[in-house]
Amino acid sequence: MMISANLNTYLVIAAILLVIGLYGMLQHRSLIGILISSEFILNGAALNFMAFNRFVAPNPAVGQIYTLFIMGIAAAEAAIAVSVIIAVYRKYRSEDPDLVQDMKL
Amino acid sequence: MIVFEYIAEILFYGFMILTFMGGFMAVRSKLLMHAVLGLAVSLFGVAGLYFFLGSPFLAMMQVLIYVGAVCIMIVMGVMLGSTPDQLATKNFSGQNLLLAILACSTGFIALFVAIGQTKFAPAAQRVGDMSIRFVGENLLFKYCLAFELISVVLLTAIIGAIILARGGREEKAS
Repeated sequence: MMISANLNTYLVIAAILLVIGLYGMLQHRSLIGILISSEFILNGAALNFMAFNRFVAPNPAVGQIYTLFIMGIAAAEAAIAVSVIIAVYRKYRSEDPDLVQDMKL
Repeated sequence: MIVFEYIAEILFYGFMILTFMGGFMAVRSKLLMHAVLGLAVSLFGVAGLYFFLGSPFLAMMQVLIYVGAVCIMIVMGVMLGSTPDQLATKNFSGQNLLLAILACSTGFIALFVAIGQTKFAPAAQRVGDMSIRFVGENLLFKYCLAFELISVVLLTAIIGAIILARGGREEKAS
Protein backbone atom coordinates (compact mmCIF):
# COMPACT_ATOMS: atom_id res chain seq x y z
CA MET A 1 0.00 0.00 0.00
CA MET A 2 1.37 3.34 -1.03
CA ILE A 3 1.13 5.83 1.79
CA SER A 4 2.06 8.72 -0.51
CA ALA A 5 -1.36 8.44 -2.19
CA ASN A 6 -3.34 8.65 1.04
CA LEU A 7 -4.95 11.82 2.39
CA ASN A 8 -4.51 10.88 6.05
CA THR A 9 -0.72 10.65 5.71
CA TYR A 10 -0.47 14.30 4.75
CA LEU A 11 -2.92 15.37 7.45
CA VAL A 12 -0.86 13.58 10.10
CA ILE A 13 2.36 15.16 8.77
CA ALA A 14 0.69 18.58 8.94
CA ALA A 15 -0.46 17.88 12.51
CA ILE A 16 3.11 16.92 13.48
CA LEU A 17 4.38 20.17 11.92
CA LEU A 18 1.82 22.11 13.98
CA VAL A 19 2.93 20.35 17.16
CA ILE A 20 6.62 21.00 16.36
CA GLY A 21 5.84 24.69 15.98
CA LEU A 22 3.85 24.76 19.21
CA TYR A 23 6.61 23.05 21.16
CA GLY A 24 9.22 25.36 19.62
CA MET A 25 7.23 28.42 20.72
CA LEU A 26 7.29 27.11 24.29
CA GLN A 27 10.91 26.02 24.15
CA HIS A 28 12.74 28.91 22.50
CA ARG A 29 13.71 31.88 24.59
CA SER A 30 14.43 34.43 21.88
CA LEU A 31 12.00 36.27 19.63
CA ILE A 32 13.74 34.88 16.55
CA GLY A 33 13.15 31.35 17.80
CA ILE A 34 9.45 32.07 18.20
CA LEU A 35 9.38 33.44 14.63
CA ILE A 36 11.03 30.23 13.36
CA SER A 37 8.42 28.14 15.18
CA SER A 38 5.56 30.16 13.70
CA GLU A 39 6.88 29.29 10.23
CA PHE A 40 6.34 25.62 11.08
CA ILE A 41 2.72 26.26 12.02
CA LEU A 42 2.11 28.17 8.77
CA ASN A 43 3.67 25.31 6.81
CA GLY A 44 1.44 22.78 8.49
CA ALA A 45 -1.60 24.81 7.44
CA ALA A 46 -0.32 25.11 3.87
CA LEU A 47 0.32 21.37 3.67
CA ASN A 48 -3.25 20.75 4.84
CA PHE A 49 -4.61 22.98 2.08
CA MET A 50 -2.50 21.21 -0.53
CA ALA A 51 -3.56 17.76 0.67
CA PHE A 52 -7.27 18.60 0.56
CA ASN A 53 -6.73 20.26 -2.80
CA ARG A 54 -5.20 17.09 -4.20
CA PHE A 55 -7.71 14.60 -2.84
CA VAL A 56 -11.12 16.14 -2.24
CA ALA A 57 -11.44 19.64 -3.77
CA PRO A 58 -13.70 20.15 -6.78
CA ASN A 59 -11.43 22.84 -8.24
CA PRO A 60 -7.76 21.80 -8.05
CA ALA A 61 -6.42 25.35 -8.43
CA VAL A 62 -7.92 26.82 -5.24
CA GLY A 63 -5.64 25.00 -2.82
CA GLN A 64 -2.55 25.95 -4.78
CA ILE A 65 -3.63 29.60 -4.85
CA TYR A 66 -4.31 29.50 -1.13
CA THR A 67 -0.88 28.00 -0.45
CA LEU A 68 0.70 30.74 -2.56
CA PHE A 69 -1.11 33.31 -0.44
CA ILE A 70 0.12 31.65 2.74
CA MET A 71 3.66 31.93 1.38
CA GLY A 72 3.13 35.62 0.63
CA ILE A 73 1.68 36.27 4.08
CA ALA A 74 4.57 34.37 5.67
CA ALA A 75 7.11 36.45 3.76
CA ALA A 76 5.41 39.69 4.82
CA GLU A 77 5.14 38.47 8.40
CA ALA A 78 8.82 37.48 8.51
CA ALA A 79 9.89 40.88 7.14
CA ILE A 80 7.80 42.76 9.73
CA ALA A 81 8.85 40.47 12.57
CA VAL A 82 12.57 40.70 11.76
CA SER A 83 12.44 44.50 11.62
CA VAL A 84 10.51 44.61 14.91
CA ILE A 85 13.09 42.29 16.48
CA ILE A 86 15.93 44.51 15.24
CA ALA A 87 14.19 47.59 16.67
CA VAL A 88 13.64 45.80 20.00
CA TYR A 89 17.26 44.70 20.07
CA ARG A 90 18.43 48.28 19.49
CA LYS A 91 16.44 49.45 22.50
CA TYR A 92 17.00 46.63 24.95
CA ARG A 93 20.24 44.95 23.78
CA SER A 94 18.41 41.69 24.33
CA GLU A 95 15.89 39.44 22.65
CA ASP A 96 14.27 38.02 25.72
CA PRO A 97 10.49 38.08 25.23
CA ASP A 98 9.98 38.60 28.98
CA LEU A 99 11.67 42.02 28.77
CA VAL A 100 9.31 43.43 26.18
CA GLN A 101 6.06 42.07 27.48
CA ASP A 102 4.72 45.49 28.53
CA MET A 103 5.25 46.79 24.94
CA LYS A 104 6.52 50.14 26.18
CA LEU A 105 9.83 51.71 25.32
CA MET B 1 6.71 0.12 -14.14
CA ILE B 2 6.34 -0.97 -10.54
CA VAL B 3 10.03 -0.24 -9.79
CA PHE B 4 9.56 3.49 -10.22
CA GLU B 5 6.62 3.44 -7.85
CA TYR B 6 8.77 1.86 -5.18
CA ILE B 7 11.51 4.42 -5.78
CA ALA B 8 8.91 7.20 -5.46
CA GLU B 9 7.67 5.67 -2.21
CA ILE B 10 11.20 5.54 -0.80
CA LEU B 11 11.68 9.18 -1.83
CA PHE B 12 8.43 10.05 -0.04
CA TYR B 13 9.74 8.48 3.16
CA GLY B 14 12.97 10.41 2.67
CA PHE B 15 11.18 13.75 2.37
CA MET B 16 9.02 12.89 5.38
CA ILE B 17 12.08 12.09 7.51
CA LEU B 18 13.75 15.29 6.23
CA THR B 19 10.75 17.31 7.39
CA PHE B 20 10.66 15.76 10.85
CA MET B 21 14.42 15.82 11.43
CA GLY B 22 14.58 19.47 10.36
CA GLY B 23 11.77 20.30 12.74
CA PHE B 24 13.44 18.45 15.58
CA MET B 25 16.69 20.27 14.84
CA ALA B 26 14.96 23.66 14.76
CA VAL B 27 13.25 23.02 18.08
CA ARG B 28 15.98 21.33 20.07
CA SER B 29 19.25 22.86 18.83
CA LYS B 30 21.27 25.00 21.21
CA LEU B 31 22.31 27.69 18.72
CA LEU B 32 19.90 29.92 16.82
CA MET B 33 21.82 29.48 13.57
CA HIS B 34 21.30 25.70 13.79
CA ALA B 35 17.61 26.31 14.36
CA VAL B 36 17.41 28.34 11.13
CA LEU B 37 19.27 25.56 9.31
CA GLY B 38 16.77 23.07 10.67
CA LEU B 39 13.92 25.28 9.43
CA ALA B 40 15.47 25.34 5.95
CA VAL B 41 15.87 21.54 5.90
CA SER B 42 12.30 21.04 7.06
CA LEU B 43 10.88 23.45 4.47
CA PHE B 44 12.84 21.62 1.80
CA GLY B 45 11.18 18.39 2.89
CA VAL B 46 7.76 20.03 2.69
CA ALA B 47 8.64 21.16 -0.85
CA GLY B 48 9.20 17.49 -1.71
CA LEU B 49 5.81 16.64 -0.25
CA TYR B 50 4.23 19.30 -2.50
CA PHE B 51 5.85 17.52 -5.43
CA PHE B 52 4.11 14.33 -4.36
CA LEU B 53 0.83 16.23 -4.09
CA GLY B 54 1.00 16.91 -7.81
CA SER B 55 2.21 20.49 -7.89
CA PRO B 56 5.85 20.94 -8.99
CA PHE B 57 5.15 24.67 -9.33
CA LEU B 58 4.43 25.05 -5.63
CA ALA B 59 7.45 22.91 -4.76
CA MET B 60 9.63 25.33 -6.68
CA MET B 61 7.89 28.32 -5.07
CA GLN B 62 8.43 26.76 -1.64
CA VAL B 63 12.15 26.41 -2.29
CA LEU B 64 12.34 29.91 -3.80
CA ILE B 65 10.27 31.86 -1.26
CA TYR B 66 10.73 29.95 1.99
CA VAL B 67 14.19 28.44 1.72
CA GLY B 68 15.50 31.27 -0.44
CA ALA B 69 13.92 34.38 1.02
CA VAL B 70 12.36 33.82 4.43
CA CYS B 71 15.26 31.78 5.84
CA ILE B 72 17.80 34.33 4.60
CA MET B 73 15.77 37.09 6.24
CA ILE B 74 15.70 35.16 9.53
CA VAL B 75 19.46 34.57 9.26
CA MET B 76 19.89 38.34 8.88
CA GLY B 77 17.74 38.83 11.97
CA VAL B 78 19.90 36.37 13.90
CA MET B 79 23.12 38.05 12.83
CA LEU B 80 21.90 41.62 13.47
CA GLY B 81 20.13 40.78 16.70
CA SER B 82 21.50 38.54 19.40
CA THR B 83 25.05 37.39 19.80
CA PRO B 84 25.46 34.24 17.74
CA ASP B 85 26.84 32.12 20.57
CA GLN B 86 23.84 32.85 22.77
CA LEU B 87 21.89 29.82 23.86
CA ALA B 88 18.65 29.56 21.92
CA THR B 89 16.55 27.30 24.09
CA LYS B 90 15.33 27.67 27.63
CA ASN B 91 16.70 25.50 30.35
CA PHE B 92 13.38 23.96 31.16
CA SER B 93 12.80 22.73 34.64
CA GLY B 94 11.25 19.29 34.86
CA GLN B 95 7.73 20.51 35.51
CA ASN B 96 7.74 22.99 32.62
CA LEU B 97 9.09 20.39 30.20
CA LEU B 98 6.41 17.98 31.30
CA LEU B 99 3.70 20.59 30.82
CA ALA B 100 5.00 21.57 27.37
CA ILE B 101 5.15 17.97 26.18
CA LEU B 102 1.72 17.31 27.69
CA ALA B 103 0.16 20.29 25.90
CA CYS B 104 1.71 19.37 22.54
CA SER B 105 0.91 15.66 22.75
CA THR B 106 -2.67 16.39 23.81
CA GLY B 107 -3.16 18.58 20.77
CA PHE B 108 -1.57 16.00 18.51
CA ILE B 109 -3.64 13.13 19.86
CA ALA B 110 -6.84 15.14 19.50
CA LEU B 111 -5.97 15.96 15.88
CA PHE B 112 -4.93 12.36 15.18
CA VAL B 113 -8.21 10.97 16.49
CA ALA B 114 -10.16 13.59 14.54
CA ILE B 115 -8.31 12.72 11.33
CA GLY B 116 -8.90 9.01 11.87
CA GLN B 117 -12.60 9.42 12.62
CA THR B 118 -13.56 11.74 9.78
CA LYS B 119 -14.56 10.40 6.41
CA PHE B 120 -13.41 12.81 3.72
CA ALA B 121 -15.56 12.33 0.64
CA PRO B 122 -13.96 13.31 -2.67
CA ALA B 123 -15.78 15.83 -4.81
CA ALA B 124 -18.26 14.40 -7.30
CA GLN B 125 -16.49 15.93 -10.26
CA ARG B 126 -13.30 17.89 -10.68
CA VAL B 127 -13.08 20.85 -13.01
CA GLY B 128 -9.72 21.60 -14.58
CA ASP B 129 -6.34 20.12 -13.69
CA MET B 130 -3.31 20.83 -11.51
CA SER B 131 -1.37 22.67 -14.23
CA ILE B 132 0.21 26.10 -13.83
CA ARG B 133 -1.91 27.35 -16.72
CA PHE B 134 -5.13 26.58 -14.87
CA VAL B 135 -3.79 28.14 -11.67
CA GLY B 136 -2.85 31.30 -13.56
CA GLU B 137 -6.25 31.56 -15.22
CA ASN B 138 -7.98 31.21 -11.86
CA LEU B 139 -5.63 33.74 -10.30
CA LEU B 140 -6.23 36.37 -12.96
CA PHE B 141 -9.98 35.95 -13.48
CA LYS B 142 -11.83 34.29 -10.62
CA TYR B 143 -9.56 35.24 -7.72
CA CYS B 144 -8.40 38.57 -9.12
CA LEU B 145 -9.34 40.54 -5.98
CA ALA B 146 -7.32 38.30 -3.67
CA PHE B 147 -4.38 38.57 -6.07
CA GLU B 148 -4.50 42.36 -5.90
CA LEU B 149 -4.93 42.31 -2.12
CA ILE B 150 -1.83 40.18 -1.57
CA SER B 151 0.24 42.67 -3.54
CA VAL B 152 -1.11 45.51 -1.38
CA VAL B 153 -0.28 43.48 1.75
CA LEU B 154 3.27 42.88 0.53
CA LEU B 155 3.73 46.57 -0.33
CA THR B 156 2.48 47.56 3.13
CA ALA B 157 4.82 45.03 4.72
CA ILE B 158 7.82 46.40 2.80
CA ILE B 159 7.04 50.00 3.77
CA GLY B 160 6.33 49.01 7.37
CA ALA B 161 9.57 47.04 7.65
CA ILE B 162 11.57 49.97 6.30
CA ILE B 163 9.90 52.42 8.69
CA LEU B 164 10.37 50.12 11.71
CA ALA B 165 14.00 49.41 10.96
CA ARG B 166 14.80 53.06 10.14
CA GLY B 167 13.14 54.61 13.17
CA GLY B 168 15.66 53.34 15.66
CA ARG B 169 18.60 54.50 13.60
CA GLU B 170 17.40 58.10 13.29
CA GLU B 171 16.73 58.25 17.00
CA LYS B 172 20.23 57.00 17.67
CA ALA B 173 21.82 59.56 15.33
CA SER B 174 20.08 62.55 16.85
